[in-house]
Amino acid sequence: MTHHDQHGHSQGGVHAHISSTGMYVTIFFVLMICTILTYAVSTIDLGAFNFVVAIGIAVFKASLVILYFMHVKWSQILTKLAVVVAVIFLLILLLLTATDYTSRNWLPDQPGWEKHQVLR
Amino acid sequence: MSATHADSQAGQFVSYLGNGHTWQSWLLTKDHKRIAILYLISITVFFLLGGIFAAAVRLELLTPQSDFMDAETYNKMFTMHGVVMIFFFLIPSIPATIGNFLIPIMVGAKDLAFPKINLLSWYLYMIGGTCGLIAAVTGGVETGWTFYTPYSSTYSNSAVIITAMGAFVAGFSSILTGLNFVVTIHKMRAPGLTWGRLPLFVWAHYATSLIQLLGTPVVAITLVLMMLERAFRIGFFDPALGGDPVLFQHLFLFYSHPAVYIMILPGMGVISEIVTCFSRKHVFGYKFIAGSSLGIAIIGFFVWGHHMFVSGQSVYASLVFAFITQAVAVPSAIKVFNWTATMYKGSVSWDTPMLYALGFIGLFTIGGVTGVVVAMVGVDMHLHDTYFIVAHFHYVMVGGMVLAYLGGLHFWWPKMTGRMYHEIWARVSAVLVFLGFNFTFFPQFLLGYMGMPRRYASYPEEWQVLHILSTAGATVLGIGFLLPAIYLTASALKKHPDAGMNPFGAKGLEWTIPSPPPTENFLEMPVVREEVYAYAETEEKALVGH
Amino acid sequence: MSDTNTMAVAHPLPEEHVAHQFHDAQQQYESGNLGMWLFLLTEVMFFGGMFGAYAVYRAWSPEAFKLAAATTNVPLGAFNTVVLIVSSLTMALAVQSAQLGKQKRLQLMLVLTMIFGAAFLGVKAVEYSEKWHHHHVPGLNWQWEGEGPREVQILFCLYFAMTGMHAIHMVVGFGIMLWLLMTARRGVYTASYYNPVEISGLYWHFVDIVWIFLFPLLYLI
Repeated sequence: MTHHDQHGHSQGGVHAHISSTGMYVTIFFVLMICTILTYAVSTIDLGAFNFVVAIGIAVFKASLVILYFMHVKWSQILTKLAVVVAVIFLLILLLLTATDYTSRNWLPDQPGWEKHQVLR
Repeated sequence: MSATHADSQAGQFVSYLGNGHTWQSWLLTKDHKRIAILYLISITVFFLLGGIFAAAVRLELLTPQSDFMDAETYNKMFTMHGVVMIFFFLIPSIPATIGNFLIPIMVGAKDLAFPKINLLSWYLYMIGGTCGLIAAVTGGVETGWTFYTPYSSTYSNSAVIITAMGAFVAGFSSILTGLNFVVTIHKMRAPGLTWGRLPLFVWAHYATSLIQLLGTPVVAITLVLMMLERAFRIGFFDPALGGDPVLFQHLFLFYSHPAVYIMILPGMGVISEIVTCFSRKHVFGYKFIAGSSLGIAIIGFFVWGHHMFVSGQSVYASLVFAFITQAVAVPSAIKVFNWTATMYKGSVSWDTPMLYALGFIGLFTIGGVTGVVVAMVGVDMHLHDTYFIVAHFHYVMVGGMVLAYLGGLHFWWPKMTGRMYHEIWARVSAVLVFLGFNFTFFPQFLLGYMGMPRRYASYPEEWQVLHILSTAGATVLGIGFLLPAIYLTASALKKHPDAGMNPFGAKGLEWTIPSPPPTENFLEMPVVREEVYAYAETEEKALVGH
Repeated sequence: MSDTNTMAVAHPLPEEHVAHQFHDAQQQYESGNLGMWLFLLTEVMFFGGMFGAYAVYRAWSPEAFKLAAATTNVPLGAFNTVVLIVSSLTMALAVQSAQLGKQKRLQLMLVLTMIFGAAFLGVKAVEYSEKWHHHHVPGLNWQWEGEGPREVQILFCLYFAMTGMHAIHMVVGFGIMLWLLMTARRGVYTASYYNPVEISGLYWHFVDIVWIFLFPLLYLI
């Protein structure tokens, strides 16, 4: 179980990267620390920054899982491309939809153009 | 189709049609060619069903009053027409039939990457389609195929959930087909088959598959949320409960706009193949046609808001969407120019597939150009939800896609079945389709421009002449669609294959194997040494590897 | 277009379990991986729709969301986050065990992953029943005495939709683990054939990643 990073072989077989147990456990502890951090920051009131920090840490954790647990760090370019494409298109969905919602209240104050009331 | 040992051209193998005659050998097959035939039969059934709904619509519109049926029934007719035609015919059409059949052969493989998933795709499609049928017989749906909320989630008293389930399940069929194609094209190409030598049919399906993978899941979750809202009276999209109906439109159209490119891109791939073959010339601008397929797929994801100009969407967002929509027309135009340039100084013949391809080029151009017209916000204010839009999308979907589907069916029919159809009847049908189509839908541009709204069962008397013309055209169109069903089936029932390996003298891996092909496709694994579409003489051909 | 020379290909070994449409184990391995990644791509877009709805309604009613988030059980949510990350570790080690041909370790890791997965689902059941007890289930027994009932209700709808869809994926994942365990006990997976373990691992990690985002969005902020 003390194999360091190596490539697996067998006759013909499959060529793939094999990570060491130590690597997996290290990443696990980093993920734990990030989880604790996420909780800790959420107890402090940073206003709008709470959202940014929380999502930022979540993105970092997800990246660790993707790169190390899911082996993307050692994968073919095609796999990396698939991950990037997924993120990009998710962002397209979110951001382009946001262009509608953020700009709805930009219209001038005129009768018949009542601004959307943000309800509580 | 009788498939005896006489099917084998070389005399030493059994074609895929003859390889097993039990129902299990068909319903549990993993052979992509048999799955393609299963799809072909089921898609034809749904096309017929969608056509019946269309006939009901056109019948009602013969008279200005809503007299043949009441408004609610009429709403069900056009809704079911749209749902069936879009989800159960157009979206699977070319990819699931011709694509399934040809993609492995065109890349030089024995089958798709995941044959069992391919079979699962067909079963999911059948389950989805059955849900649609159940909806049709239990009262139908009248929300419009777009299921806009809150009518669909709160107020409609029709079979919304079962129909949405049908679309949901069929969507997963579509996703799995796309997944299969992408992996096959990336990982299973024969030696020597570089991306630059792939037939444009394959490029088109690759682009289509990307859209299927990225877009369909969004409509899937949207339909789930809508069904939850309807079933449990919870608020996602109902304003009375604090939701936003425009959000439903955003999420629904994020898929539904790229969906129209799912519908048209495979057709464009077919046209590329037909035009090169029947002009006996290497395609003009191969890289641009391949690249434009990807361009359409990608840019198509940025334009969905052009369906929402009058929905309450912010005018600034509308401007962004309108601007990008102008851009998405460019790759389509590139293809039209390149096909035309391919024919220039080529040796053009008038075989049936080419007739359909020529019809496609003309009608798709009209449809596409009218799309650019309504992409302008100011114009769309007046034309939105009128017959102008109806005519626009029928020009691209029927004048474009259905013609491409028929053209592709005729082009590869001898390969798939080993039998040639009756050429004269085929050409007559193609002409009938073209004429019938134009008489049906051109008047609708005029009606829409004059202000007739879509989805209305009654209209002012002065428009009746145009509607009668449209219904008459629809009748001719229907005959044009019925004839191939007859003569193609008749040809398939011939006892012995008579088509030969390459009846049209076309280039492509599929034309180097027997008709119909053996189950394993290739008797020996091919090695590709020629460039694609190597029709022209000397300087165009680059023989690599010698 | 094709020159049908016969290509010399190495024949796959029986223990590599290469399906007939593939030339060799490497092609099969890469195809399977790419296929699973593409499926995960579709899952990103599937959950993405709900994240989109969340973003819109949160932007509209930030105060209502704070009120609703205050009713979530943060310790249970945090526990579940830890549990899932541990299960990801055991899953990754399961794949590694298969790569190294270590049968017993593979089975142990699969069992551990399933235990942690079941723990997650158990905690979720507790949380859902808590919500039921407090009449916080929209459409079924909804009652809200505080401010902004319509807007708060929307967050609860999203809460149940997102965590519910996630839980369904966990259940499917659990079923996949069970199947993996049963086939592993028959000795199917070796150092030359472990595709199913690896691609199931990818699925499991993805479900973990979704929760990594759900936890802060629904519980903390």
